[in-house]
Amino acid sequence: MAASADVLALAKIEINLNEIPEGKSVSFKWRGKPLFVRHRTKEEIDVAKAVPLNSLRDPEPDEARCQKPEFLVVIGVCTHLGCIPIADAGDYGPGGYYCPCHGSHYDAAGRIRRGPAPTNLEVPEYTFLNDNTIIVG
Amino acid sequence: MKMNLRKTHPLIKIFNNSLIDLPTPSSISSLWNFGSLLGLCLTLQILTGIFLAMHYCPNIELAFNSVAHICRNVNYGWLIRTLHANGASFFFICLYIHIGRGLYYSSYNLKETWMIGVTIFFLVMATAFLGYVLPWGQMSFWGATVITNLVSAIPYLGTSIVQWIWGGFAVDNATLTRFFAFHFLLPFIITAFVIIHLLFLHQTGSNNPLGTMKNIDKIPFHPYFTYKDILGMLIMLFLLTFLTLYSPYFLGDPDNFTPANPLVTPAHIKPEWYFLFAYAILRSIPNKLGGVIALVLSIAILYIMPFTNKKKFNSTQFYPINKLLFWSMFTTILLLTWIGARPVEDPYIFIGQLLTVIYFMYYIINPMIHKMWDNLIF
Repeated sequence: MAASADVLALAKIEINLNEIPEGKSVSFKWRGKPLFVRHRTKEEIDVAKAVPLNSLRDPEPDEARCQKPEFLVVIGVCTHLGCIPIADAGDYGPGGYYCPCHGSHYDAAGRIRRGPAPTNLEVPEYTFLNDNTIIVG
Repeated sequence: MKMNLRKTHPLIKIFNNSLIDLPTPSSISSLWNFGSLLGLCLTLQILTGIFLAMHYCPNIELAFNSVAHICRNVNYGWLIRTLHANGASFFFICLYIHIGRGLYYSSYNLKETWMIGVTIFFLVMATAFLGYVLPWGQMSFWGATVITNLVSAIPYLGTSIVQWIWGGFAVDNATLTRFFAFHFLLPFIITAFVIIHLLFLHQTGSNNPLGTMKNIDKIPFHPYFTYKDILGMLIMLFLLTFLTLYSPYFLGDPDNFTPANPLVTPAHIKPEWYFLFAYAILRSIPNKLGGVIALVLSIAILYIMPFTNKKKFNSTQFYPINKLLFWSMFTTILLLTWIGARPVEDPYIFIGQLLTVIYFMYYIINPMIHKMWDNLIF
């Protein structure tokens, strides 16, 4: 019953970061799920960096979640039960995410701040091909 | 001397002993009709399901349109489809009343019958969930996503198991195909379990409102209860037909008329009405694993009933405080159903948590009150 070869073959995606305006989160379909790529503003970055780690359920510094602070790349699937969070919503903005199914709130670094989700939004494996292009998967 | 064929033929005598000569308590009320009604529901679902399967396409590109095709083009497809969808609701109405009657009149004391019955309940829930995914609407997709993700709460292995169930990295074509296969298969497994359920029931005979377990005051099943059951079936069929012809989508969700979109979760996702109470319990626990455990326990707790409720009288009607508790429990389930359909915000979150505590407290307090009342009387 495990994933067949054709499913595994579609496991990588190339994204042009120039297409994402500052302050916007864009969804891409990757492995059948949404991938959120957020071009963060300076304010979002500063707020995310200022969060004390001991206040987090799944403590991770902002630097560990973003290879470049301007771009957040996370799998857009709530770690509670798999719904798709809504961008720019919830109580932990600017640039936060909110899951409408069971009320989990994430901040602009995709870290869980409130609600039933146990962990932060997952950061997938990705590499920068150049300053404006990443490959995910 | 010539023996009656129905009593001697190896095959016919099985039916004779189950439907004709079966000694049955004369006092059983209409609440005992729901077993046969469940048999009718199962038969109806299997029959309508087979006709739907002849036209349905279990592929994510075709599923949604094939359901529309069934409703628009296939001869009486609209009727078969809505009978199947509403039949599921009637199945659960009968199941809940059947279980409620079992709880009130302590039918759980027929241990093997009760245990098989709770297992059937789980199987029916699984079948209904799998079936709801097949139309591949928004609620189908997100229902499948949320429910399969419950398994991801298992420590260490959860994610791997979920991906194994999906056959990929998300709910996708492989998932739909296997869900269809299992939705087709499970009703036949349920039928086998029903036969075992009846086999055990007929070893002891039915429970009755007075709770007397002796073979006194029994009458043959036919004609008394065959006619009574047929009357019950006619009433249920009338109600099902009325709902199906008058307002076929009354119990459905408008979001399921939108094709599945893996990139957008509907703002208010919720399961079908018959799962809402369990869904409310899941949402009430602000912890993933805790929520999943509470959800499973909300049903699995029925397994412990025969072991925790030891009492002198069988029926709750002889225990006034337990009677009150029973109806409080009934109200709690109705309110949980209401909460399950509300958005996740205050005051619904707190009310849901309170009702969840009350729900589970019933199973703890109920046997204690039985014991106290027994001590007072005897």
